[in-house]
Amino acid sequence: MRCAHSHGRVGNRVAEIVPLSEAVASLVHDGDTVALEGFTHLIPFAAGHEIIRQERRGLTLVRMTPDMIYDQLIGMGCADRLVFSWGGNPGVGSLHRFRDAVENSWPRPLELEEHSHAGMANRYVAGASGLPFAVLRGYTGTDLVARTETIRAITCPFTGETLTAVPAMRPDVTVVHAQRADRSGNVQMWGITGVQKEAVLAARRSLVTVEEVVDELEPVAGQVVLPSWAVTAVAVVPGGAHPSYAQGYSLRDNEFYVAWDAVSRDRATFLAWMDEHVVGVGSVR
Amino acid sequence: MSAAAGWTSDEMMTVAASRALDDGTACFVGIGLPSTAANLARATHAPHLVLVYESGCLGSKPGALPLSIGDGILADTADAVVSVPEVFNYWLQPGRIGVGFLSAAQLDRFANINTTVVGDDYLHPKVRLPGAGGAPEIAASCQEVVVVVRQNPRTFVERVDFVTSVGFGSGPGDRERLGLTGRGPRTVITDLGVLEPHPESCELRLTRLHPGATVEDVRQATGWQLEVADDVAVNEPPTRHELEVLRALEATKGTPRHRKQTP
Repeated sequence: MRCAHSHGRVGNRVAEIVPLSEAVASLVHDGDTVALEGFTHLIPFAAGHEIIRQERRGLTLVRMTPDMIYDQLIGMGCADRLVFSWGGNPGVGSLHRFRDAVENSWPRPLELEEHSHAGMANRYVAGASGLPFAVLRGYTGTDLVARTETIRAITCPFTGETLTAVPAMRPDVTVVHAQRADRSGNVQMWGITGVQKEAVLAARRSLVTVEEVVDELEPVAGQVVLPSWAVTAVAVVPGGAHPSYAQGYSLRDNEFYVAWDAVSRDRATFLAWMDEHVVGVGSVR
Repeated sequence: MSAAAGWTSDEMMTVAASRALDDGTACFVGIGLPSTAANLARATHAPHLVLVYESGCLGSKPGALPLSIGDGILADTADAVVSVPEVFNYWLQPGRIGVGFLSAAQLDRFANINTTVVGDDYLHPKVRLPGAGGAPEIAASCQEVVVVVRQNPRTFVERVDFVTSVGFGSGPGDRERLGLTGRGPRTVITDLGVLEPHPESCELRLTRLHPGATVEDVRQATGWQLEVADDVAVNEPPTRHELEVLRALEATKGTPRHRKQTP
């Protein structure tokens, strides 16, 4: 038996700064488990659109709060499964493409694995921590326990108390948007940073789209920094979170979210809109 | 304070919900009706109400109503912005938050909440709703829960189709048996009046009416045989001040807007 160290030297690779289309082509594959995270703020819309343009299929999409970009990915037939905790258009109403997939299997059936926010957040924490599962007080007495395989009771070995266990979430690839990166690929984000750090660290591969690349990352209050060696690729996509927003760069386009309700209600209207605004515009270089 | 002339039942509901929040309380706020009511409370009788949003914003003091729980104004005006795992694990789970403020698509006689599916078949629902979000753990771990929801027989059902968030389960002792640390729903505020759990049976019963609503109206809007308290009081109508502040807040919803690109 050989010593594990004989396989070669331990080396940290750093994030490459590449065009978005190239990053999606090399990092997101058919059948992958993909998390595009963002809690209202910093949602990676441009990357989601590139996944649609490259016609990925059979994806398991993971997200705490699937919103408009997941509505679009689901409506365009990219996903077979959704692992989530809240699927709606915040403050507006339903996600009509998500509902159509669940209620009518259009354009294809969508299998659900349904959690609560606390459960999903802890699943990412376990993934980022290299643990097989996370423990929380959660779900007890709800019908989610019987419905979702990945919610189990566990006994505390110290107190005997019954708690809830959820398995680690380990996406094949996590995609997030951030305000900026430096030329070495260190990433900086601030404002509402949600569960993005955990989602990136939990994933086997990661892609971060940024508003801009700067020479030096000036510290910002409340910042989260992802060191270059924790990220696989960075792509520069100014406005890449629209109609979500990037604190310090843009505001949430709430009118767009309100208007999406009418666009997404009807299959033909949706497809025409996607063709004109996403599929037809070509890849982001 | 003088009463205002001409208000809607929705406005009365929001005003009554805002009055249910005591100054200085930390309040976990869901989007929609709860957020409007909590911001009204902060702008009127409860200036030190601590608004906690699941996006990680602790102590937000928005001057305009947010459209989502993650509008920038919530982060800009917060005492602290923390990660989502932190808001659930460090702040909600140990019982640090006084009031959980929730809405519902269905609510039953034991104040259990459904926001998951309408219909008996989970795999083939009549209506697929958004799902749980933060609600199961808010309902479990906040010290108490206030529910604000419009009242009609489709929403107020004998038994919810899916228990997304536990009120009193099947009755007395269920919360303790399940190990839920919070006391559960204190009050359910609707556009017709106020329902509160009976101290012994845990069953919701009508305890207050909004001005203009009758016991019969509430019974008609309830999908089970509703118990009515012996001494049903009538709420004070909205004051002029409450109404002015509420309408000014509503006019700001989702602002400031940016980049007039629409689909």
